Amino acid sequence: MSLPRSRRVLPGFTPTLLWTLIWLTAVVLLPLSAVFLKASSLNAAAFADAAFSPRVLASYRLSFGASLIAASINTVFGVILAWNLVRYDFPGKRAVDALVDLPFALPTAVAGIALSALYSPNGWIGGLLAPFGIKVAFTPLGVLVALIFIGLPFVVRTVQPILEDFDTEYEEAAASLGAGRLATARHVILPALMPAVATGFAMAFARAVGEYGSVIFIAGNIPKVSEITPLLIITKLEQYDYAGATAIAAVMLVVSFILLLIINLLQARVAARGSRHA
Amino acid sequence: MSAVIDTPRPGQDRARFLQTNTATREPWLVRLVLLVLGVGFFAIFLLLPLITVFVEALRKGLDTYGWAIHDSDVLSSIGLTFLTVLFVVPLNVLFGLAAGWAIAKFEFRGKQILITLIDLPFSVSPVIAGLSYMLVFGARGWLGPWLIDHDLKVMFAVPGIVMATTFVTFPFVARELISLMQSQGREEEEAAVVLGASGLATFVRVTLPNIRWGLIYGVILCNARAMGEFGAVSVVSGHIRGETNTLPLEVEILYNEYNFAGAFAVASFLCVLALVTLLVKWWVERRVHSGDAS
Amino acid sequence: MSIRISSIHKQFGTFTALDSVTLDFPRGELVALLGPSGCGKTTLLRIIAGLETADSGEVFLDGREASNSSVRERQVGFVFQHYALFRHMTVFENVAFGLRMKPRAERPSDSDIRRRVHELLDLVQLDWLAERYPAQLSGGQRQRIALARALAVEPQVLLLDEPFGALDAKVRKELRRWLRRLHDDLHISSIFVTHDQEEALEVADRIVVMNHGKVEQQGTPEEVYSHPASPFVYHFLGSVNFFHGRVEGNALQVGDTDLGPNDSEELNAGDHFVACSRPHELELVPADSASAGLLVKVSRLFRFGALARLELDGQGEQAGQIYEAEVPLTSVDALALQEGSLVRIRAGALRVFPAAAPDEVLATNPVAPVSVAPGPGLASAVNA
Repeated sequence: MSLPRSRRVLPGFTPTLLWTLIWLTAVVLLPLSAVFLKASSLNAAAFADAAFSPRVLASYRLSFGASLIAASINTVFGVILAWNLVRYDFPGKRAVDALVDLPFALPTAVAGIALSALYSPNGWIGGLLAPFGIKVAFTPLGVLVALIFIGLPFVVRTVQPILEDFDTEYEEAAASLGAGRLATARHVILPALMPAVATGFAMAFARAVGEYGSVIFIAGNIPKVSEITPLLIITKLEQYDYAGATAIAAVMLVVSFILLLIINLLQARVAARGSRHA
Repeated sequence: MSAVIDTPRPGQDRARFLQTNTATREPWLVRLVLLVLGVGFFAIFLLLPLITVFVEALRKGLDTYGWAIHDSDVLSSIGLTFLTVLFVVPLNVLFGLAAGWAIAKFEFRGKQILITLIDLPFSVSPVIAGLSYMLVFGARGWLGPWLIDHDLKVMFAVPGIVMATTFVTFPFVARELISLMQSQGREEEEAAVVLGASGLATFVRVTLPNIRWGLIYGVILCNARAMGEFGAVSVVSGHIRGETNTLPLEVEILYNEYNFAGAFAVASFLCVLALVTLLVKWWVERRVHSGDAS
Repeated sequence: MSIRISSIHKQFGTFTALDSVTLDFPRGELVALLGPSGCGKTTLLRIIAGLETADSGEVFLDGREASNSSVRERQVGFVFQHYALFRHMTVFENVAFGLRMKPRAERPSDSDIRRRVHELLDLVQLDWLAERYPAQLSGGQRQRIALARALAVEPQVLLLDEPFGALDAKVRKELRRWLRRLHDDLHISSIFVTHDQEEALEVADRIVVMNHGKVEQQGTPEEVYSHPASPFVYHFLGSVNFFHGRVEGNALQVGDTDLGPNDSEELNAGDHFVACSRPHELELVPADSASAGLLVKVSRLFRFGALARLELDGQGEQAGQIYEAEVPLTSVDALALQEGSLVRIRAGALRVFPAAAPDEVLATNPVAPVSVAPGPGLASAVNA
């Protein structure tokens, strides 16, 4: 970062940038680097033992697998919901529009107990599914339900503004060239939405991988079956196994960084797309 | 200002217009199916859980609320939650203003990396955030021995809860202000300086009024997350009843003790706060997006 | 206030915005800084205001070195390209801002501020908008409020960055006449930046033409238009035909056509040149005429009252070149010209400049007013 070479017209650059850097380092970078330093103090065997034991591997499979499925489901229905909100008029639309952000505003623990009540065998949905032999609460399916809950707004809120700004002229042009609605949707609308959809997917996925509060109540937390990785970290911590917890955390952090990188690249593409339409 | 959108946000009129335009209209059956899929999904996955909280809370009648608001643990967790917010929100506002000013009003190398790093806490699991603070401030962490020597308690105490919450809410105010201030540019500030305003006067009289709705918006989001944070706080709080339990942690404890009515009573209180948050957010959003200056 | 700029240099990374520019702005004149985008004109204006710092060189305000004085001390009025009106303040508060920011000792009383602001709003004929917000104003109104706001602090010099750039054609025309009249009333030294040659010619007392961070020419509109100092200025101010060729003996030779005798002292036999002639300076002679002239074919013919405008295609070696001529309708009728006819053109007035060697050829874009890299062969840049 280069400091100003010449006098600047507006004051305050140096103090505000310094404060930004100091605060960022103190609150975010130093603690996170502690994770990597601690993890690097383990020898390879101990690290592999802690980060890749069968129980931990099972938790990765669940966390990443369920997150992937949840984000995919959210992508499909999130796009449809965004389409509903932008393109159709229906009673209660404003309420739906405002409530889509509920998972952002609602404490995850509250979501967790609400979902487990709803999907337990004597809950409203759990009761409906029980006669068919489908169990949701205390199974991996429960994890999936919780991750769908927390991820939905990411997709809706990244796609919605792009759809709102999408100039009708493109669709009119497609129609004038003889395209039907389905062809227009496939060849004109969806390609324009793609970067935003991908961003929403990646954000929902990133959030789901790290999610803890809403999942643990409904998951049942059975080792190797419905135990998510963040919970495993907490379990290790409670057993004072700092090294084990840190090794798992380091693996997850690396994945987070890669996701962040992907999200940033996608967002740059969304921005480029946006300016091309303007 | 976008010239593309012909009507402002809620978009009722635009939706109606689009459905009268033959080029942008779908057959009614397609419309119906899409509406049922979209709104149905919303109802099952978002609306039903919300309703469940209130139904469960009221299952035993209003008495549960009477119990909950007299329970000293619940009361102290309410107090702790608000205390946390009282620290976290101003810290984030201070940081957001500094970061917004430095990043939006000046050019320097590495700016994009800085913005990315500010967003970093969004993609880190809260549990890992809590763990990383343990590694720094915990009894066996970097600063642990020093803190013990000086009789300072950070982990399993209020400072730890405040710090972990600051981590998870870190980007909320800053990213809102950075993007808003970047879109506003610096011409108005330059105009103020040319007209003889000092740096402070420029900030207070020109910048601050221009970003106030964005600032409020960021504060609302930050506040909601700070009150509801569970994973990170769960790691650093130590779960000491009546001392280091925030409201969401209290919900967990009541639930695990099979005091479902109590858990849902506290949960419904948090739900009301969340709904108020959404209402205020929706209202502020309209002001931010309409660019209404008055 | 008189302004003197002395060998100012400004670099943005690898891009040279200003390359040792030296200029004098006498007191009380309305000067236009004219040039294509990226030529450094806005940077120069911002350096005069103190919004930007030069890498080297000095700025003198009324003879005093001002390079180290801050924006606040320079007493300049600056009108921003997008006006930069404070969007959360009413028009009244916008105009009053500068007065309210004065040090306590110099600050006028509230009633004086009120009186002064209303005077200024009267001056820009918008007193009735005092309680509106900027978002409720039209572009032209915002422009005038921005001007009133800049004038409120009684600046010694008024600097305007593309003052009419964001307005539509009709409002633009109105406002520039209005600015001219305002300047005549107030007699405050003013500098404005523009890329619109018509605007500069119509409004300014003096024009400074810039290109690639350098001053190409300065002078009155009449001087700059009638006696361009370079092919670039020719091209930038109005339509022009370029003829690329070589001096042979004492003749200006374009292909195998002799354009006339070389009367330039800068050019010797064997030198490459570019000759410039405005469309109305071209004359038409019959294709079979014995007298020399460049053979062309009429590709389009427009009649405008007593005038005709012709688009002409080069022939033979000059194939692919397009020329534009504006001649009395009588001469078109005398030659019985129509689209497809062959005719010869001769330049009634021709200015000749030395040109680069033939291998540094650049095709000139016939539409956009870009910098001209003269080369051999014939090219025409028509700037309508």
